[in-house]
Amino acid sequence: MADNHKRAGRLDEATRTETVGHEWDGIEELNTPLPRWWLWTFYACIVFAIGYCIAYPAWPMLARGTEGMLGWTSRGELDKEMKQAADARARTVAALADMPIEELARHPELMRAAVAGGAAAFRINCVQCHGVGAAGFKGFPNLNDDDWLWGGDLKAIETTLIHGIRQPGDAATRQSAMPAFGADGLLPPEQIEQVADHVLSLSGKSRPSTAGARVFADNCAVCHGPAGQGSRQFGAPDLTDPIWLDGGSRAEVIAQITRPHMGVMPAWAGRLDPVTIRMLAAYVHSLGGGEEAPAAMPASAPPAVPAP
Amino acid sequence: MVSVLARTGVWLAVLFLAVIASAFAADQGFAMHMAIVAFAAFAALWFTVRSADYDGFARGVLRFPDAGRYDDDPIRWGVIATVFWGMAGFLAGVFIAAQLTWPVLNLEPYLNFGRVRPLHTSAVIFAFGGNALIATSYYVVQRTCRARLAFPGVARFVFWGYQLFIVLAATGYLFGTSQGKEYAEPEWYVDWWLTIVWVAYLAVFVGTIVKRSEPHIYVANWFYLAFIVTVAMLHVVNNLDLPVSLLGSKSYPLFAGVQGALVQWWYGHNAVGFFLTAGFLAMMYYFVPKQAERPVYSYRLSIIHFWSLIFLYIWAGPHHLHYTALPDWAQTLGMVFSIMLWMPSWGGMINGLMTLNGAWDKVRTDPIIRMMVMALAFYGMSTFEGPMMSIKSVNSLSHYTDWTIGHVHSGALGWNGMITFGAIYYLVPRLWGRERLYSLRMVNWHFWLATLGIVFYAASMWVAGITQGLMWREYGADGYLVNTFADSVAALHPMYALRAFGGLLYLAGAAVMTFNVWATILGRLREEKPLHDAAFDPAADRPIVAAA
Repeated sequence: MADNHKRAGRLDEATRTETVGHEWDGIEELNTPLPRWWLWTFYACIVFAIGYCIAYPAWPMLARGTEGMLGWTSRGELDKEMKQAADARARTVAALADMPIEELARHPELMRAAVAGGAAAFRINCVQCHGVGAAGFKGFPNLNDDDWLWGGDLKAIETTLIHGIRQPGDAATRQSAMPAFGADGLLPPEQIEQVADHVLSLSGKSRPSTAGARVFADNCAVCHGPAGQGSRQFGAPDLTDPIWLDGGSRAEVIAQITRPHMGVMPAWAGRLDPVTIRMLAAYVHSLGGGEEAPAAMPASAPPAVPAP
Repeated sequence: MVSVLARTGVWLAVLFLAVIASAFAADQGFAMHMAIVAFAAFAALWFTVRSADYDGFARGVLRFPDAGRYDDDPIRWGVIATVFWGMAGFLAGVFIAAQLTWPVLNLEPYLNFGRVRPLHTSAVIFAFGGNALIATSYYVVQRTCRARLAFPGVARFVFWGYQLFIVLAATGYLFGTSQGKEYAEPEWYVDWWLTIVWVAYLAVFVGTIVKRSEPHIYVANWFYLAFIVTVAMLHVVNNLDLPVSLLGSKSYPLFAGVQGALVQWWYGHNAVGFFLTAGFLAMMYYFVPKQAERPVYSYRLSIIHFWSLIFLYIWAGPHHLHYTALPDWAQTLGMVFSIMLWMPSWGGMINGLMTLNGAWDKVRTDPIIRMMVMALAFYGMSTFEGPMMSIKSVNSLSHYTDWTIGHVHSGALGWNGMITFGAIYYLVPRLWGRERLYSLRMVNWHFWLATLGIVFYAASMWVAGITQGLMWREYGADGYLVNTFADSVAALHPMYALRAFGGLLYLAGAAVMTFNVWATILGRLREEKPLHDAAFDPAADRPIVAAA
């Protein structure tokens, strides 16, 4: 080792500080003491760390970690927060659980709470198919309008939510099936085109077709009604309005008649508790198209479940 | 002659084994990788045979490298590799930032976000950062030990072996070969290869320190050594896994569940701590005093902050797992060690910045110093932000949001990027024996493009992260969540576009650097008004050769 490197520190002119005396490739080091603020902040951090370790669970022992003087646990805190939230909602939840949904409209305060809860549940469970704004997508109904496939009063919406639509394994599910007129050879292609023209003419999108009207009367009117106004018993869409579940172009209508797309919605009973389902019904009802309960039906009538 | 024969034999054996492994591979990814290995072995074989000094063998006199000069070849290659992989990594980053903004850019299946994202992170951390660390460590350890590199052949193997690791990792991601651990994605055989390369690297580095001509080991070398040793340990432990087949790419880790998560984040956090902090502090400790031509601010601070940094950093990993299944006590320790880490981290910033005492005017006159000062400023910011984000109540807002991404990038772009650019600008004229850089003014352009890019990047990600955190936890008066996840995604769109723009600026700055480095290597000089640059004495840039 070369001795000429072991020299005493020199005074650095610019900083009036001595160097340590080493030198590497021209680099020297000043013998500046540790900055006091740095040292004291470091100590303060260490003191904080020790205090925190005493207060909170910190050190692993043989069987379990130390528990800390505050008795805090992350699970305990979660339980506390969840319980607080549940307590805050308890009155509303209890009231909703006891009240038949038809009567909800007479309790505006409860209705408002139900709509708020339903909105939150909708964001978690429903937006995947119906969209964040509940406007739906092709094949997934828009819930903002007043065009209801299976009924738009609170009770009907709740029934749809509980049992789902075409949900396998649920005996009370909303059930119907449109025949595949083209794929199964029930109608020849030219008749399908004619009836498509007729269907489009119902909302003024095409010129009337007498041949199509005949085909419609023989094949379609039984579910969609003689005038094409639809039927909630079968979830058959109204064909006279400008709302098209599976698309309103001529090609899309032909495709639907040829090989129909039929949507499936899960039965939410068992996945969500009854109160949340009720809240969801209230929320969907509130979106703009909610209907009054049919006047003829007394509130105590058994739920109307259409036959498959 | 014997060594040429032995080396040829080794490469031939590797070639042979790789071809067999490729032919009998259990899956396509492994077959492709073994083909790459075979190709690399063939290239090594060809190079060994071709470059052998047959005349020397015949005459019995072999050419030896000039012992009076430093061994700079692998450093020159490393600088070029750093610039190349930097451009590749930044480009991949801009691409995935654009993918997040405009999802249509997800080109299935090879260029979707899930595959290009690890390509980006590995390219910038391991390819750009790793090459910068290896090249600068070779440079610094020789200069501060006044000794040539130990084991020159191994030093070259480290460089090429590391490039092979990068190529295997990158192609693996694109072809879907990944063990799915963040920053440790390569599969088992790539990990084994990196282990071999890394041990060789350690041997070269320690060997050079052992044969030093200086009585003391310079602080930069402590940091390089801490980086090399710790990364070896982290890499091995986090990649303990069992291959399904020796001829297939799939493997399963030894640690499962929450233990696996803890080991992964012990690794992940210390990859930041020892790769991106300790290693780059080593660069800082050499290049800042050299460029500023000033003594290091405080020898004592360097000792205290070195030991406190490496002691505390290794325990801070659990803060990545706040509010998870990790036991509360481990989360607490992760947090308090992170808080205690604040001052040890800042020790490096203080020592770097205060080294400019007596030369602060150079921030105005020397664009390379300006770059280094900005790097230290970002280092200070992100090492304050890190401990802050490790506090549980802050973390409950920041975790899983883009705030984390912003934090990482203010460190990566600001600290790692800028200090590396500074080192490259320092090295290139000296390594290629040029009078100065092609253009110091262009260093200034690079500085402003990069700084502006980071500002756009970090600011947009802070806003995005806090927006996300607040939207996710927003409850209405009735105690129900107000927003859907998709609402928060939609709200971030403008921030994502700004982030991509920031990344583009940063990439543009790097492109300016690439041109500047290229022109300097070609020996061109731009006619421009001169700026200040550190002096260089080629005559003093030599190892001390023992008289015997």
